[in-house]
Parts: sequence; C-alpha cells; structure tokens
Amino acid sequence: MRGIGKFISSKWLVVYAVAYMLFLYAPVILLPLFAFNDATIVAFPLSGFTTKWFDLLWTTDALHGAVRNSAFVALSTATISTLLGACAARSAANYSFPGQKGVMGFIMLPLVLPEIIVAVALLVMLMQLGMSLSLWTVIAGHVLICTPFSIAILSSAFAGMESSLEEASLDLGETRWGTFRRVTLPLIMPGVISSLLITFTISLDEFIISFFLTGTDVTLPVYIWSQLRFPSKLPSVMALGTILLAVSVALLIVAEVFRRRATRRQGMDAGSTQGLV
Amino acid sequence: MADAAPIIEIKDVTKSFGSVTALKGVNANIREGEFFSLLGPSGCGKTTLLRLIAGFEQVTGGTIVIGGKPMKDIPANQRPTNMVFQSYAIFPHLNVAENVGYGLVRKKMGKAAMTKEVDEALAMVDLGGYGERKAHELSGGQRQRVALARALVMRPKVILLDEPLSALDKKLRDQMQHELRSLQKSLGITFILVTHDQEEALIMSDRIAVIFDGTIAQLATPEELYRRPATRKVASFIGVMNFLDASATGGGDTPYQLTIPALGKVNIDAAQAPAGLSAADITVVGVRPEMFTILDEDTGSFEHEVQGTVTSTDYYGDMTYYTVALPGASDPVTISMRNTAGRAVARDGAKVTVGWGADSIVLLE
Repeated sequence: MRGIGKFISSKWLVVYAVAYMLFLYAPVILLPLFAFNDATIVAFPLSGFTTKWFDLLWTTDALHGAVRNSAFVALSTATISTLLGACAARSAANYSFPGQKGVMGFIMLPLVLPEIIVAVALLVMLMQLGMSLSLWTVIAGHVLICTPFSIAILSSAFAGMESSLEEASLDLGETRWGTFRRVTLPLIMPGVISSLLITFTISLDEFIISFFLTGTDVTLPVYIWSQLRFPSKLPSVMALGTILLAVSVALLIVAEVFRRRATRRQGMDAGSTQGLV
Repeated sequence: MADAAPIIEIKDVTKSFGSVTALKGVNANIREGEFFSLLGPSGCGKTTLLRLIAGFEQVTGGTIVIGGKPMKDIPANQRPTNMVFQSYAIFPHLNVAENVGYGLVRKKMGKAAMTKEVDEALAMVDLGGYGERKAHELSGGQRQRVALARALVMRPKVILLDEPLSALDKKLRDQMQHELRSLQKSLGITFILVTHDQEEALIMSDRIAVIFDGTIAQLATPEELYRRPATRKVASFIGVMNFLDASATGGGDTPYQLTIPALGKVNIDAAQAPAGLSAADITVVGVRPEMFTILDEDTGSFEHEVQGTVTSTDYYGDMTYYTVALPGASDPVTISMRNTAGRAVARDGAKVTVGWGADSIVLLE
C-alpha cells in the first residue's frame, strides 16, 4: 500500500479529492447562491443580494399547507417506521426462527427496490382495493421505504446490548414491561432518536411515492415540483430548497451525533466486558 | 448441616433444546445455608441447571421445588433467587448505587430505607463510597462485587453464581474465593456456584455435584470427592490421579484382595469401595500423586515399597512432581513430594524406592 501511495503522489490525491467534492456539492451551492440573487432569471452573472424570495415564501398560503402536510406525513412516518423497526430489530437480535434470513431480506428489500416501482405497485394496489388517495396512503408508502432504515439503525442498537442485562432485570424482580422501560429503552434510546430523525428526513424529502400516492393535499416536494412550471416562481423555489437543505443537514448531523453516542455507550460497555467473558 | 432442610429439591429434571438434550434426569437436594457447587466441563449442562433454578429456562421434565414451592409456571422475577452473572450484567446507564438498588425500587420502600440498604450491601462487598461511580469506571473485580451486592440486597433465599470468578486474574480470584466463602458463612444464605474449575469448587463448597454429559456423576463433600471419586471420569476431573491396572477377588463382607501389577498384592477394606461395586468390576485403581512417597534417609519404611526410575521432574518450588517408571506398570506414575528442608530433589534417571499404603488405593467402578 505504501508503494502505491508514493506512486500516486499526495498532490494528485488532493486534486482528486477536491474535484470529487466539487462534483458532489457544486450544484448544491448554486441553490443558496440563486436564492439570494436579486433577479427572476436563474443565470450568471449574479445581480445583487436580496432576501425577497424568502419573504415571498411567508406569504404563499399554498406553500404553508404543503409544509403542514409534509410535517404530518414525516412525523407519522418516523413514528410508525421506528416502532415497526424496533420490533423487527428486537426479534432479529433475540430470536431465531426458520426462514429468518429470508424474512429479514424481504423486509430490507425496499432499500434497493427502485422507488418508482414501489410507487406504481402501491398505486395499482390501492386502486384495486378501491381506497382513495390521501396523506395516509403517502404515509403507508413512506413507512414501506423507511422501515428498512429503522431496522438497520436499531439492529445495531440491539446487537450492542448484552442480553444478560434484561435477564438481570427480570432476576431482580422487575416485570417484562418494567425491564423494557428501565433497561432496554434507555440503552437503545440513542438509536431510536437517530432512527426517528433519519426516517423523518427521508419522508420529508421523498418525491416519487408522494407524487403517485398523494390526493388533493400535496406534500412539500410535490408542491415544489408543481411550481417549477412557472419560471417566475423559480427563485422562491430556490429559497425554499435552501431552507430544506439546511433543515435536512441539521437533522442528519443530530442523527449522527446520537448514533455515535449510542456506539460509544455500547462500545464502552463492550470494551469493559472485553476479556471478562 | 447434614440435617438442614432442603431449600431446593431437584427431581428428575430434564431439559432439551430442540434435538439437543442438556440435562438427562438430574436429582439433587440442596440444603439451606450450604455452599453448593455444580462442577463440570463446559457444555455438561451445569449452567442450564442454574438457569432452570433461576427461571430463565423452563424444565422439559421433572420438577424444581424452592422453599417448599414447586417452581413450575413461576417466572424468574417471582422466584426467591438472585443471580450473579458471568458477565456481571451491570446496567451501563446506571451508577453503582442505582445498580444495587435496582431491585429495591419495586419493593416500594422509602428513599431513606433504600439508601440505607444499598449502603449496607456495598459495605458488605467492600465498596463503601463507590455509589456514585459509573459502571464503566469499575475494574473487573469491582464489577463482580457490584453484581454480588445487587443480589445480596434483595435478601434472596438462594444466590446463584454463574462462573463469577472466571474473568478475574489468579490473585484476585483467590482473594474473592475466600471473601465469597466467608460472606456466605456469615450471612447463612444458600449459594449455588457453577464452575468448571475443580480447585475453586474444592476450596469453596460444602458439597459438590460433578456433572458430566447432563447427569450428576457424583454428589459429595469436597473431601469425599477427592478421596473417594466414584468413577474414573470423576477421578481424572478432580485433581491428578494415577490409574493402575488391577484385578480383584473378595468384596462384600470380606476385604478385596487386589492384584496390581505395578505395585503388588494388597488387601483393601470393602468399606473403601463405592457402594454396589463387585470385585469383578474392578479393572483399574487410582492413586493420588501425594499418596506415594519417594523414600530417602529421613523417611521411615513403608508397609509397601516398590522400586522405580525417575524419568522426568517438574520443579514447582514448594513441590516437585516426578514421573517414575515402575517395572510392572504400563504407564509411568506421577508422584508429588513436598520440598521440605534437607530433602534432595531426585534427578532424572535416579533409582528410587517408592512407598505406599493400602489406604492410598482408590477403588473405581
């Protein structure tokens, strides 16, 4: 490895890294740039600083409805998929049953399935069942794609927990529910929070499923898409995008902090029992 | 001690995990206030038996009675037992005092009373003043003490210990063995210890159940177990034992007349034999290494003496273990001698006279 490292000199590695970062983030940087640009046409050169596109957002009622819808969908999705994820992760960590790997594989499948296929399939199924489209159908679709993320996050939280801790609690006279409340939940809490934040973010940003399954109430990404037809609305969409970007990044950072705290808490425990078992 | 009532009665207990049978009909009575050990190699079923007593597993057949109450359908959290886990299972999100007081919370005692109980339990295990420490700030030995205090504070009828000392280094283990033993004696609580370490079981126990392959091979006091192991398997598991080919006649009301090619002929009192042993069953006898004596000018003469050649020596400081070839024996025997003042350590190849007595012979099934 050292030989290869010398061969590709560190200078070229720096160039490569910078080019890579530019490719990833340059388009994202354009978003806030034009959001603060004082012109209706999204093009260089920039013509001055303004916050009027943000001001415009505050006065658009349709947008506010979309934000409320999205918040409702994202909160419901986060709660439901984290609950389902916790159950699945717990059973995967503690029990083994015939066909367990296959079942878990099926549950995790939506992670890699193209969203458009999931969306079309759900739409066809809902039509067949004669259900009308609403925010609840969007939530159902979002839960389907978010639950695998919850399971992945919570599985590591459960796997890091020593199984004898729950037995110790029962042994000390605590009930099963009491054991969950006093031992299990505090130990997996960082994982739960991390799961809530990530599923919330995924649901908030999700477009395809929302687009297919939404009724008259649209979610924020669907609203943004509908606004793109009007060139004059483009800068305010940029402003909205900027806000969404900031919120998403903030949520993901918080989620990561909690995930690391969980790893540290359990790593600490694993470290201190290492060599003892 | 012998007439104390059984606190735990284990009757025909079997346990299967799918197609694997972990326990094949175990019977034992554990007396109130005794230090009882379940000793056996890993996978013999000793931990399964402990978990059945604790209520973490359900018996497949048979019954377990604790304090006169059958434990069928009584879950772990309602049993009068508390466990010290092998991994200690200290709750990592709670401090030491919260760990120890964990079970008291449900007893709905006042806060002051609880603090008092916790402090007393911590003092009992020499951890006074450690209440505020976090679990990860404790050493292995301290975690073990917290786990013990957490069980003691519940005032259970029985404390179950699942290889609690296996993770500690030798010096700390020796110290904890004595502490556990004296704590048990002073509190008078029944302790059940699971261990694979025969020395630990001998040091700590009032009685030991040796478990092989899901059944109790022998249940006896440490001394009985060492001096009169019932089977060859038990004999080789507990301490070091020389096995010598032998044949016998007699038995019953008359002494056994043994012919041991390695040592010669000897008569043995039938009372030394395990119950139900007939002369025809005897094909091998055991002799502990310390039951042989290598004679020198300071040792007197012995009832029986045999000539041998030292083939190797292992010097341990206080003791020397000799491997000695005896003319009539198929394998050389191991002989241990204390290195007392003035005793010369015999060298390899030295011709020695080995003394032994009839009471050093262990009759085996």
